[in-house]
Amino acid sequence: MKSFLAKAYLWVLLIMLYAPILLIAIFSFTEAKVLGNWNGFSFGLYRSLFTLGSHTSLMDAVANTLIIGLVSSTFATLHGTISAIGIFNIRNKKIKGTMSTLNNISILNADIITGVSLFLLFVSLGVTQGYVTLTLAHITFCTPYVVLSVMPRLQQMNPNTYEAALDLGATPFQALWKVIIPQVKGGMVAGFILSFLLSIDDFEVSVFNLGTNGLQTLSTFIYADSRKGGLTPELRPLITIFFLIILAILIYANVKSAKQKKTSKA
Amino acid sequence: MKKFFSFLSRRSSWSVPYFIFLLIFIVLPLFLILVYAFRNQEGQFSLENVKTFLAEKETINTLLYSIGIALINTLICIILGYPTAYILSNSKLNQSKVMVALFLMPMLINVLMRTLATVALFGFLNVPLGQTTLIFGMVYNYLPFMILPIYVVLNKLDKSYIEAAQDLGANPITVFVKVTMPLSMPGVVSGIMMVFMPTISTFAIAELLTMNNIKLFGTIIQENINNGMWNYGALLSLIMLILIFVTNIFNDDKETSSVGGLI
Repeated sequence: MKSFLAKAYLWVLLIMLYAPILLIAIFSFTEAKVLGNWNGFSFGLYRSLFTLGSHTSLMDAVANTLIIGLVSSTFATLHGTISAIGIFNIRNKKIKGTMSTLNNISILNADIITGVSLFLLFVSLGVTQGYVTLTLAHITFCTPYVVLSVMPRLQQMNPNTYEAALDLGATPFQALWKVIIPQVKGGMVAGFILSFLLSIDDFEVSVFNLGTNGLQTLSTFIYADSRKGGLTPELRPLITIFFLIILAILIYANVKSAKQKKTSKA
Repeated sequence: MKKFFSFLSRRSSWSVPYFIFLLIFIVLPLFLILVYAFRNQEGQFSLENVKTFLAEKETINTLLYSIGIALINTLICIILGYPTAYILSNSKLNQSKVMVALFLMPMLINVLMRTLATVALFGFLNVPLGQTTLIFGMVYNYLPFMILPIYVVLNKLDKSYIEAAQDLGANPITVFVKVTMPLSMPGVVSGIMMVFMPTISTFAIAELLTMNNIKLFGTIIQENINNGMWNYGALLSLIMLILIFVTNIFNDDKETSSVGGLI
């Protein structure tokens, strides 16, 4: 009985949580301009979403989001991993503490403050805002998460393996590549996925650092579109596709970590 | 040259570029907020913005209103989220990891997509947009952020404490009130951090959920920055920053507040 009530509670809440997305998904299969009207089943919205030329600005925004997401999460992963190794090996407790405090600032900070502060930085330096500043902003808020995902792997590692590699004649770079990286790879992958998701999800930092050249990411496009009033109907299939992609990434990550746990137990 | 190479081969020095990076992209920008906040349009030091803030009743009212909405939102999220996290972490009631992932997944979906979907749902159900939909929408958006940290703490909780309490004759309610609840408090505090502050500072969500009828503090910051009132916007950001700093003093558990627990 107790377990039944608990299950029922979870399912009611889940249905409520997913009702909005499900509604969007259902109405992505009809061509009605207004959501809620059903004009019969059709793939029309999906077709017009992917037809070249009909929604260039929307697809441009999607492309920008994915490119900036990939570039910034790749950079953040490399940069964050090297930095985590560096921070992990600082002996001085005070310096180490300062570094991890600095690393945590942007994680604990509100996105809007990160956005405004970076905006003021670029304005003060006289940098024209655009693709570069937007990517830099994304790298700024992604890297700390990579550092945080790699750090626990370093703590689990046997510290003598690196020294052993050096004693056996490896250069520091070889030791990094052949000894440390393989052992922290899991943390790097987790950091990369997290960075990518954070980057494509971001709105509040992006909106302040886009510049005025008409550069849009998906979030800012949706925002601008919703301000104009009537929402582009093609957003419905797009939201549905994004939802499915994220679902796939999440299931992949969960299955993988479950497998790893199994193999590490065996 | 040799010195340079020995510096490079010390692993601790690999953190130097990141240190410089953090100084330029985290510390300096925050410092600039402070500088801009106490400057007038001519670029001289002044308290003009502070005076404007204190004179403008509307901004202060918005700040208080935002805090009120954030409090209500946080409270509802605790009431709905705590039992969820409890059930999810309890091996007798739930064994499925996928169930956990399903509850946390909404936080990975673009915030504007989620909000627009919520607005669409309200439109579909013919609910007029206003304060009620604002609160509902906020709960929709922030519930997963409350569930995650509580779940993480409850999941790590040493079950032998509970067994010990049961062995000593405590009934289930006493066990919960005296053992489980106090031990899960760090998770609740992290959850409050992840819900309360973001509610005050978001801008687009409130705009979309109320057809721009209700403004939250974040909206005012954004409007000022967008309209070229950088100095006043910076002062409002500074106020926000102080609020975040004050609430963070109460939260020392950084591990659970990270979204990293999801993957």
